[in-house]
Amino acid sequence: MKKMMLKPRTETELAEMIAGATGPLAFCGGGTRGFDVAGEALTTSGLSGVELYEPGALTMVARAGTPVAEIEALLAENGQRLAFEPMDHRGLLGTEGVPTIGGVFAANISGPRRIQVGAARDFLLGVRFVDGTGQVVKNGGRVMKNVTGYDLVKLMSGAHGTLGVLSEVSFKVLPRPEVAATVVVQDVDLEVAVQVMSAALGSPFDVTGAAYDPVERRAYVRIEGFAGSVDYRVGRLVADLARFGAVQQVNDSENLWRGIRDVSAFHGNAGDVWRISVKPSDAVELAEQLQAEALQFDWGGGLIWALVPAGTDLRARIAVPGHATLMRAGAETRGRLGQFQPEPAPLAAISAELRAKFDPRGILNTGLMG
Amino acid sequence: MQMPSPNTAILARKAELAAKLSTVLPQDALIQDEAETRAYECDALTAYRCPPMLVVLPRTTQEVSDVLRVCHQMGVPVVPRGAGTSLAGGALPTADCVILGVARMNDVLETDYDNRIIRVQTGRTNLSVSGAVEEEDFFYAPDPSSQLACAIAGNIAMNSGGAHCLKYGVTTNNLMGVTLVMMDGTVVEIGGAHLDAGGLDLLGVICGSEGQLGVVTEATLRILRKPEGARPVLIGYDSNEVAGACVSDIIKAGVLPVAIEFMDRPCIEACEAFAKAGYPMCEALLIIEVEGSPEEIDHQLGLIIEIARSHNPVELREAQDADEAGRIWLGRKSAFGAMGQINDYMCLDGTIPVTELPYVLRRIGELSKQYGLGVANVFHAGDGNMHPLILFDANKPGDLELCEDMGAEILKLCVEVGGCLTGEHGVGVEKRDLMLHQYSPEDLEAQLKVKDVFDPQWLLNPAKVFPLSVTEGRRAVELIK
Repeated sequence: MKKMMLKPRTETELAEMIAGATGPLAFCGGGTRGFDVAGEALTTSGLSGVELYEPGALTMVARAGTPVAEIEALLAENGQRLAFEPMDHRGLLGTEGVPTIGGVFAANISGPRRIQVGAARDFLLGVRFVDGTGQVVKNGGRVMKNVTGYDLVKLMSGAHGTLGVLSEVSFKVLPRPEVAATVVVQDVDLEVAVQVMSAALGSPFDVTGAAYDPVERRAYVRIEGFAGSVDYRVGRLVADLARFGAVQQVNDSENLWRGIRDVSAFHGNAGDVWRISVKPSDAVELAEQLQAEALQFDWGGGLIWALVPAGTDLRARIAVPGHATLMRAGAETRGRLGQFQPEPAPLAAISAELRAKFDPRGILNTGLMG
Repeated sequence: MQMPSPNTAILARKAELAAKLSTVLPQDALIQDEAETRAYECDALTAYRCPPMLVVLPRTTQEVSDVLRVCHQMGVPVVPRGAGTSLAGGALPTADCVILGVARMNDVLETDYDNRIIRVQTGRTNLSVSGAVEEEDFFYAPDPSSQLACAIAGNIAMNSGGAHCLKYGVTTNNLMGVTLVMMDGTVVEIGGAHLDAGGLDLLGVICGSEGQLGVVTEATLRILRKPEGARPVLIGYDSNEVAGACVSDIIKAGVLPVAIEFMDRPCIEACEAFAKAGYPMCEALLIIEVEGSPEEIDHQLGLIIEIARSHNPVELREAQDADEAGRIWLGRKSAFGAMGQINDYMCLDGTIPVTELPYVLRRIGELSKQYGLGVANVFHAGDGNMHPLILFDANKPGDLELCEDMGAEILKLCVEVGGCLTGEHGVGVEKRDLMLHQYSPEDLEAQLKVKDVFDPQWLLNPAKVFPLSVTEGRRAVELIK
């Protein structure tokens, strides 16, 4: 059964609800990432609608609760897309709801193409948000180059609503390429796969995806662009990567990359899921340390999804630099281990002070990030 | 332009400060002599000058930390300085400050082609970062015009862009990690060779904070493999509107060039007179560059030329070889030098939504008539980052002030149409007093809170970015024993 939720329809209503709050508030967009935070539930999904879209300027402004699907459909009509390829968490986490654009940016969610085009935060141009006192703040704008004052846009992206609740986002979009193709290197182990991906990403061929499935023992390298150009680059990569193993070209690979993006290999199976970001060349060593039941690799080896028995403290096993996020686990495990990697003391102190400045009453997704 | 008057209590303790700094620095890293500190009296915004109290040139993160700790203890303001190429006065000293220059910290600490990163000390120049990885055909993408001289430290402080950022992004999109020294001397590591920091995006807010949150001494930067080739095409139109429409159509068609540069008639004429690049005399000139293999370039340029032709260009010149490509870029790259030959000029840096280009250019033309000062426009059209150059005579009393007033009007116009005051140069002192045109007091308060966290006493570059009236209460720090 669904809980009653606060659902403001305007930014002013949102600001009033926060200003008038007497206790902690648990914010979400569409609620598809299902984190459990104590407090009265508030969804921004009532703040919905695209306010401005200029295909010739590659920019869009939308209210935070606008469904991602609505935005993607509008972009597709104009041959454009969200290039950072945000994942849909519903399959992995077994959640319902509708992913919102505000949620995507608040959590800085980026998919396989992140290695080439950047993360969600790199596409976010401007924000309007309400801080913990109910004050509406704007930062950035709707132009692609803007260094006017501090970049609170980046700070808000990835803050998971702990510094303020996004009410409006403006962001950069990119043309949808004519075609995509995938070069598959078959029957390789992780060590070779990382070499394959490193060679591909270090080539001049604008690789937009580099992933490895250890079950299939296949490394995948994606190329996108105009048809002739993709043919040319695939040809060059096939020739170059043949030194690592049998190489094959797959042209219709949209489902394959959606599966990589959404970690479909772990949908529906038992156990906790962790998401770990490391230096790609550390992937081999890390894989040994993790002793996981199953692993999936993206970002050239730098993004690792690990499936482990429920309750496992995976962070305790990691001995390479990076960070591990607990994506799927029971409430007890999440409470005990925390969703996010604890920061080193000086950074944790800075983060805590920032939260205290923006949310002096400590009511915005309290405790979620530390 | 106002700067806060120097704190006499600090000036009175100069000898004591110098003595303390000399215990933590090698002898040659502390400059006290007034003839020598004068070299640091300004950056590339040369209209404003003020020799600092002292200059320090540390070589290590530890020395930076020691210097900041000493200054923090004594309550002395510190102005960090990269190579001093800021056009916004970001490194302009006050008489009571210590200039902390990172120019001697220029080592490459690590190059890692497998993971596509380089780690450098931040005094290293932008171009020499690319130089360090050129052998393996890699490069560092952000390419500000001053890249031969400007330091990575300044690039990070200002979140610098460049002509090619339409494809590759600006500094913040290519910065993966930093070693940051806080004002109290604390050294923190943020980010690194892995992607996307785990906690709050502190890296994102440090980049572009104009040296007000800490001193970045080391940086991990993303490096990329060089494209197989690049080639520009030059297209001339008889109106700014048509050139603007052509840019918009190219972007809508799904072609993403690495650079789209735009020059108007006054700029074309000046460049031609200076560099003799063979530019056609017309109202608007576009230089559009694409990358890839020869066949890929042919294809992309084919699409661009087809769109360009549909707008009836007066000139269309595709580079046939490297020599011709060089000549197409020659005029654009010498634009600032060319303008400097004929006049004193002030270079603006506002950004506008590209769709507003024709309107904004028309309004700038009107302002030019109204103020009686010439304007040449050269800018990155793909991302709407404009660089109007206002021509004035520095020897004519009142002309600089007139020029600044007109510049302010143009920047307000940028904000009015949905843009911003600065796209890649930073606010510094130059645009400080215009901040309230873009942001409300509450918007600025949110930014000030960030500085309160990193530098509670407001000692780091305190007189920049925000209007002095807004920061007054915060800057009035007490001296600590």
